[in-house]
Amino acid sequence: MSEHRREKMLVEAIQNGTVIDHIPAGKGLTILGRLQLRNAEVRLTVGLNLPSHGGGMKDLIKIDDWRFTEQDAAELALFAPKATVNIIEEYRVVRKFPIGLPETFIGVFVCPNANCITHVEPVESRFSVIQEATLQLRCHYCERAFADTLFTENKS
Amino acid sequence: MNNPLFDRDVVSIGDLSKADIEFIIERAAALKQSGPMPLLKDRLIASCFFEASTRTRLSFEAAVQRLGGTIIGFSDSGNTSTKKGETLTDSIHMIAGYADAIIMRHPREGSARLAAEVANIPVINGGDGANQHPSQTLLDLFSIAECQGRLDGLSIALVGDLKYGRTVHSLAQAMGHFKPRFYFVAPEALAMPAYIEDSLRAAGIAFEYADSLEAVVPLVDILYMTRVQKERFDPTEYMHLASQFVLRPEMLKSAKPSMRVMHPLPRVDEIHPAVDRTSHAYYFQQAENGVYARQALLSLVMNEGVLSPGGGLV
Ligand SMILES: [Zn+2]
Repeated sequence: MSEHRREKMLVEAIQNGTVIDHIPAGKGLTILGRLQLRNAEVRLTVGLNLPSHGGGMKDLIKIDDWRFTEQDAAELALFAPKATVNIIEEYRVVRKFPIGLPETFIGVFVCPNANCITHVEPVESRFSVIQEATLQLRCHYCERAFADTLFTENKS
Repeated sequence: MNNPLFDRDVVSIGDLSKADIEFIIERAAALKQSGPMPLLKDRLIASCFFEASTRTRLSFEAAVQRLGGTIIGFSDSGNTSTKKGETLTDSIHMIAGYADAIIMRHPREGSARLAAEVANIPVINGGDGANQHPSQTLLDLFSIAECQGRLDGLSIALVGDLKYGRTVHSLAQAMGHFKPRFYFVAPEALAMPAYIEDSLRAAGIAFEYADSLEAVVPLVDILYMTRVQKERFDPTEYMHLASQFVLRPEMLKSAKPSMRVMHPLPRVDEIHPAVDRTSHAYYFQQAENGVYARQALLSLVMNEGVLSPGGGLV
């Protein structure tokens, strides 16, 4: 079976839902964890270390019966900024878009500042994305900025 | 006159533009000149100190009373419903129903921003944990403008605990509007955090580190001293540091005549008491200016009109 054909099958083997493709190899399980946090019931199929078009390896996740919005995808942006999202209907890709970094993350991450008010009040966390020399998230409440790795390496 | 502060929350110095800051400082100078004005007459201000801070509370309460306003509130969370487990969100909802504005201090960072989102009346942050204390920064800026006659193009030394010092962080941030040159004098362990240095670089603000007080005294217009907390060092180390970072009167001989020494107070031993008698000491005027800066802030947030030189609201 050709690489192309094999990948086509991997992508199209679900009837309705979402396929997240081109996840950097090794990040698949992290993304899986994030998805399960959002929806523990959802049916997931994971492919790890699959051959990638440009050589090298990638991870891939198929999600049955959950059509991603841009917002859903944006929540994964810190973990797999280069990934693409395929929306599947009746075994066909009906929409394809890259995962884009949003301007703000709302209710996605926990503030790394232990003394931040968000830990003790009924309020959603909120971070603005600052992209300068490095990527940082700034808490809307305590105003501290944190490196993206603080969110992606410790929490999955 | 258009008042850009009317009905606004004042949570973070970063929320205020250069024009906002200049506007508040001008009002503070006018109020200092004019004496008490009934600008908060018939207004009820809630002073909510979820964490004790006598100095800040007295300064705010003096400002409210000087303007004819009435204060309700509490001076620490010991007897409030917070102790019984009520959320800040609920407390603020309730207080916002009683008063016309809220002044608050709270031990957690971000508490004032949250309160401002919950309350439908203006919230003025009197300190949220290690984060912001904008009225302190405004009184610092007012004092600098008053003693130097300008804010633009000044040389300023920030001395002491630059790592944990919320006051110097906000001052550095706010002075960024006015093209200063900064000198940082701090023990290595208490150097300015990288994120502040990054934001200064991004704003094109010149700064450098100096080894000692003596090195910067002749160079600067403002010597801004802060307290180095003894607890952060072992006793021998602290003795050594103290000798480098304590200002003594003989060090001021090389200073420009117009140079002024500032300190957010309370001081412990970083300024020798004999400095108080020199013409350079400015920290007590600075503390007094806190009341005028807070009067300006409160009167602008609470009144659409602005005090005219004649004394009326326009
Ligand atoms: Zn936070």
